[in-house]
Amino acid sequence: MDLPTVWFVAIAVLWTGYFVLEGFDFGVGMLLPVLGRGSDTDRRVVINAIGPVWDGNEVWLITAVGAMFAAFPAWYAGLLSGFYLPVLLVVVALIARGVAFEYRGKVDDPRWRARWDVAIVAGSAVPAFTWGLVFANLVRGVELGPDRVVRSDLVDLLNPYALVGGLATLTLFVLHGAVFLALKTDGPVRHRARAAARAAAPAAGATLFAFLMWTQADHGSPATAVVAACAVGALLGGALLVARRREGWAFLATAIAVAATTAALFATLFPAVLPSLLDPAFDLTVADAASKPYTLGILSWIGGFALPLVLLYQSWSYWVFRRRVTRAHVS
Amino acid sequence: MDALDLARWQFGITTIYHFLFVPLTIGLSVVVAALQTAWHRTGRPEYLRATKFFGKLFLINFAMGVVTGIVQEFQFGMNWSTYSTFVGDVFGAPLAMEALLAFFLESTFIGLWIFGWDRLPRRVHLATIWAAAIGSNLSAFFILTANAWMRHPVGFAVDPATGRAYLTDIWAVLTNPQALSTYLHVVSASFVVAGLFVVAVSAYKLLHRDRAPHPDEPGLFRRTLRAGLVTTAIAGAVVALSGDHQAKLMAEYEPMKLASAEAIWETESAAGFSLFAIGDHEIGEVGVGRNVVDLEVPYVLSFLATGSPAGEVEGINDLQRRFAEQFGPGDYTPNIPVLYWSFRLMIGLGLAGVGVGVIGLWLTRRGALPRHRWMYRVAIAALPAALAANIFGWVLTEMGRQPWTVVGHLLTAASVSPGVSLGEVAFSLTVFTALYGALAVVEARLLLRYVAAGPGHVMPYPRAGEPEPDRVPAFVY
Repeated sequence: MDLPTVWFVAIAVLWTGYFVLEGFDFGVGMLLPVLGRGSDTDRRVVINAIGPVWDGNEVWLITAVGAMFAAFPAWYAGLLSGFYLPVLLVVVALIARGVAFEYRGKVDDPRWRARWDVAIVAGSAVPAFTWGLVFANLVRGVELGPDRVVRSDLVDLLNPYALVGGLATLTLFVLHGAVFLALKTDGPVRHRARAAARAAAPAAGATLFAFLMWTQADHGSPATAVVAACAVGALLGGALLVARRREGWAFLATAIAVAATTAALFATLFPAVLPSLLDPAFDLTVADAASKPYTLGILSWIGGFALPLVLLYQSWSYWVFRRRVTRAHVS
Repeated sequence: MDALDLARWQFGITTIYHFLFVPLTIGLSVVVAALQTAWHRTGRPEYLRATKFFGKLFLINFAMGVVTGIVQEFQFGMNWSTYSTFVGDVFGAPLAMEALLAFFLESTFIGLWIFGWDRLPRRVHLATIWAAAIGSNLSAFFILTANAWMRHPVGFAVDPATGRAYLTDIWAVLTNPQALSTYLHVVSASFVVAGLFVVAVSAYKLLHRDRAPHPDEPGLFRRTLRAGLVTTAIAGAVVALSGDHQAKLMAEYEPMKLASAEAIWETESAAGFSLFAIGDHEIGEVGVGRNVVDLEVPYVLSFLATGSPAGEVEGINDLQRRFAEQFGPGDYTPNIPVLYWSFRLMIGLGLAGVGVGVIGLWLTRRGALPRHRWMYRVAIAALPAALAANIFGWVLTEMGRQPWTVVGHLLTAASVSPGVSLGEVAFSLTVFTALYGALAVVEARLLLRYVAAGPGHVMPYPRAGEPEPDRVPAFVY
């Protein structure tokens, strides 16, 4: 494998880390009104279940995007300028959501908290849907001419395939979040989280199956078929395991489903990073977009040093907060 | 009005807004860590109470710094795709390092600190706030390195085939003289802001000490007032020294910025430092500017820029001629009035802030508190002055780089995203401005509310005769 390919894989790994980790906290955010209905204490249990980790999870996005900037400048630039409005939507949602987590509990007033709850739900649902939309369009291709400028407008991006992609990530993250809450909480919230997982599993299974089949039919290879099958299989396994109250294993299964879905999308994309709808000759490829070997080499050294360290201390942080969150913790 | 103008406004607005929170995060993280260390070493509950109180204010600010930082990383690609493609190989490297080495550290350990009060051993918990503080300061280093590279590009070459810059020497980028000097200047200025934040909050609480809920409270704020003043005075000395060094680097690497900041039109020896000038310079009519009014302190500018009172300082008209020969016809002058006044406001407001720190130290020596109420009000006013000085510093830095994004290599006009429409940029500019405006109101209200509520709100005072509670509650959401 040459260095640009190594870095394509590294970027895929960073996005996978992001979706696996922030995927569940998007799900938790979306489930807030359902699982915390009628009781502010329960809503606080839901939020505090991801309280110590959501910010660290979001840094996986910052790192994925930062690494794209450094390793594939043309990919970074084309993706963010080409998907201008969806990216704007995600950024605004992440701002509202981050502030909401921090500020919601700072004033003891039901109206104040209700407003921030809206920001948490919308701020979680919008990126959960939009990332699916963006990645589906990335696989499908964009209006990319020989000048390497992406000219897709919003109407192009809202095609049926991409909408199914958005629904697939949205429902998948809802399920992933429900399983996480079943694992991380106790009492009424855990009970409702299991019910939510049971309810979300068919929808997530159906849309993910449809999305990955469609991807496979239009762009797939035998290798991506295997990965896609893993994703759907893991999702079904997760649904069964949570019903049997094996929450730890169920969470592992939904994490695998998210990871395999991301891997399938990146594997479908390769070797292009921005495929052109107009002519395959205009595709922006890994080789075209990559930085020089010197930069990639430095990034490899730094990534090789830092990423294991990050995994180590982030795992430690999950270990520190391994206990289930209950009503007693937040009152 | 085209997409370029709006993209520039968006960058300016979002960056300035982001930078209202960043200096407080950088400085206050260390202040809070130091307060917690004092508690750890002495076991005195007032330090714990101060840690929790300033910790809460720190977190309210921290949240805004984090979320507005996301915009910064994304808008290079959204609005400035030609720039990003040109520089990514070089500029992206420190950015990726910032994420990998600093942001993960900062955000993971801040989570551990917020929620870990009753889960972690005290020593380990103390280490988490230090890890977060180190992360903040490290991230400042990487982003300032990237910024310094745009002003003094080093360690790279341009590929003739693709027209893109590529990195040839990472060490040169990380040890860029502009980067090291800027880092010292910006970080010490951040500590001035944080010091004055502590001063302003303490002064406010001492001003209203008759309303203190517990007799121990004024004693707590007397200590934090002193600590804030010491921080401000020490950091102020570093700001001044590094600022002097910055002026010399500006004379060497960015002479047009210095000439514009001083409104020097013709190259001069033994140049004076201008106090007040009114210039005559039509936009588009380049190379014929002059000052109608100019009040100067003789020799000072030459001394600041070159270290010798007789040193030569290049003028705008001469530089314009030189750049037009070097890079082809065009206007190579930045917005001179903006630079001229930003430079003065940065220095004036910054000195005023640091001056409050030094005078305050004198007034509070041997534990005395100033008797005059207006002195507390001056101390409170020093905080916005210092924040404004930081902002004007950035206006000078970034506007002074114009018309270049990468000095000598890429013009701002050539940096924008070709595929992004005026409507898209106008929409995002509107969204960010409205959102940031609303959040500013929320943030200010929350900070005032928590300052008013005082340390007793985050850690209740014991009733008379009862011991302090032993268990330390966590900050849950």
